[in-house]
Amino acid sequence: MAKRIEAVGVTAYYGSFKAIDSITMTIEPKSVTALIGPSGCGKSTFLRSINRMHEVLPGARVEGRLTVDDQNIYDPDVDVTAVRRVIGMVFQRPNPFPTMSIFDNVVAGLRLNGVRSKPALAEAAERALRSANLWDEVKDRLNKPGASLSGGQQQRLCIARAIAVEPQVLLMDEPCSALDPISTLAIEDLMLGLKDRFTIVIVTHNLQQAARVSDKTGFFSIDAAGEPGRLVEYDDTEKIFGNPSVPKTRDYIAGRFG
Amino acid sequence: MGKPIPIRPAGASVPGEPPHPPRLAPASALGGGGPRRRTLSADAVFRGVTLAAGAMVLVVIVAIAIFLGYQAVPALGRNSANFFTYQDWFPDSAPPAFGIAATGFGTVYTAVIALALAVPVSLGIALYLSHYAPRQVATALGFLIDLLAAVPSVVFGLWGRDCLYTPVRELSAWLNHYVGWFPPFHGDGPYGRSFLLGGVLLAIMILPIITSLSREVFRQSPKANEEAALALGATKWEMIRTAVLPYARPGIIAAVMLGLGRALGETIALAMTLGNTNILGFDLVTNGGTTIAANIANKFGEAGDTGRGALIASGLFLFGITLVVNVIARAVIFRRRELTETAV
Ligand SMILES: Nc1ncnc2c1ncn2[C@@H]1O[C@H](COP(=O)(O)OP(=O)(O)OP(=O)(O)O)[C@@H](O)[C@H]1O
Ligand SMILES: [Mg+2]
Repeated sequence: MAKRIEAVGVTAYYGSFKAIDSITMTIEPKSVTALIGPSGCGKSTFLRSINRMHEVLPGARVEGRLTVDDQNIYDPDVDVTAVRRVIGMVFQRPNPFPTMSIFDNVVAGLRLNGVRSKPALAEAAERALRSANLWDEVKDRLNKPGASLSGGQQQRLCIARAIAVEPQVLLMDEPCSALDPISTLAIEDLMLGLKDRFTIVIVTHNLQQAARVSDKTGFFSIDAAGEPGRLVEYDDTEKIFGNPSVPKTRDYIAGRFG
Repeated sequence: MGKPIPIRPAGASVPGEPPHPPRLAPASALGGGGPRRRTLSADAVFRGVTLAAGAMVLVVIVAIAIFLGYQAVPALGRNSANFFTYQDWFPDSAPPAFGIAATGFGTVYTAVIALALAVPVSLGIALYLSHYAPRQVATALGFLIDLLAAVPSVVFGLWGRDCLYTPVRELSAWLNHYVGWFPPFHGDGPYGRSFLLGGVLLAIMILPIITSLSREVFRQSPKANEEAALALGATKWEMIRTAVLPYARPGIIAAVMLGLGRALGETIALAMTLGNTNILGFDLVTNGGTTIAANIANKFGEAGDTGRGALIASGLFLFGITLVVNVIARAVIFRRRELTETAV
């Protein structure tokens, strides 16, 4: 089910601007990997290269190898939509489809995959909503607009939408940054629950969050403005937060950055 | 992605409509030691001005309606035929006999043909401009389309009569030969100055409005939702169907209704291209056909007293049709908006 991701020399550009330089890291299956680092160091860019969402921006491109269970997703004959079905994504801001009901939001991905049978959709929706810890709150109003939920509920709805298609990897870009502490904890619990089934990669500015949920942590940084972001250190979360081997990481963790 | 959550705030505007002004608390409710009298009088003046402006519109509309009714009623009284079911237009013969069966039908028929041709093409162009074309191409093409909207209808009429006529005549003959079993193409000719020519010309004329309005709504579709669809593994077209078209639907309806309004009211271009005979039938290819507006343009100059009244009566009827179209459009858009607004 869950997949191992191997990045080898992944370099990403926006037009002629090199945003990340030669990132090499292995992300283990069925684990939570956190990416931390100062703003603008390329965490989102790297995350979006993992499901080939980087290239939807005009002029953006990626070099290097990124293999998911030994299949290089940047091979020319790879179908991008297939990659994105296997590697789901949750965005920083909750983005449910505004014209769709809660139910339709959850099953949107399944419908795209051609699932039409009502019972199958209903079952998948319930499973995804239960996994996202949202079922009890919405089961009586599945036909209400997705946007009628609170911000935290909307974000969990987006998580449900992403996991309804049973991806193998789940990428989350600061999924809690727009949420209150209670919703944040709910989503952290959710991640811990989901990691038996998915490989999870999360970008976060909240170091406590990284320490609480992740098994491994990667620290990204830039040397100076205009320079590309690099992976400074990548290790077990305990090591990074307890005894990092690079001084720069230690400074960042201790809040002595910049 | 610093985009806001894609929810329309209450009072957000549907494209093409100005947003509702925010309702301000009355100055006195804010209390405080401000110069209360001055605020109040400024408020009163403002209220007076807006009220006067609003009332003015109403007065003008009522005045027009009264004037038209006053001119139309005597002619209608002299009519020996049923105004709604009679096809021909002989208001100045004795006894006067005129009806809007043929002209009213022609008005609706040409508009429907124009919409059927223009809507798919416009939406296609709009989507291409907003989501497919490279930026320079989109800018250049968008500019051309806006230019097309600026062409006066009389120029369209001249062009339709002189340039579009021959291809349409040949197309009509071809359609009659190969698809003649389909009743609208069944007519025996002569071909050319037909509903088809008028409809095609009208389609070209309403294409810019529908295209540029729907391009704007397509452009405004929330990027966050487009990315959400792509991240679920949607192809570009699936993304457009999931995240762009549903969002744009009220705007598309508004655009189509505006196009329909223009098509129903178009006068001179149709007066110059249609056969100007009062026929009532679905024959697309044979010469003939007219519309209420074209009939008014053609007959007003030589009309006598009753003739003028009769034409004004038909104009009132056209006004009624466009009013109904507008009301339906508003109702559709409003219902849609309510749906999305409960989402907040
Ligand atoms: N759409 C874009 N076009 C051009 N440059 C971009 C774009 N998005 C990001 N960049 C640049 O790429 C670099 C990395 O950006 P990225 O968004 O990956 O950083 P980040 O680590 O996610 O930052 P944050 O923590 O603030 O989200 C930055 O220098 C940024 O200015
Ligand atoms: Mg980011």
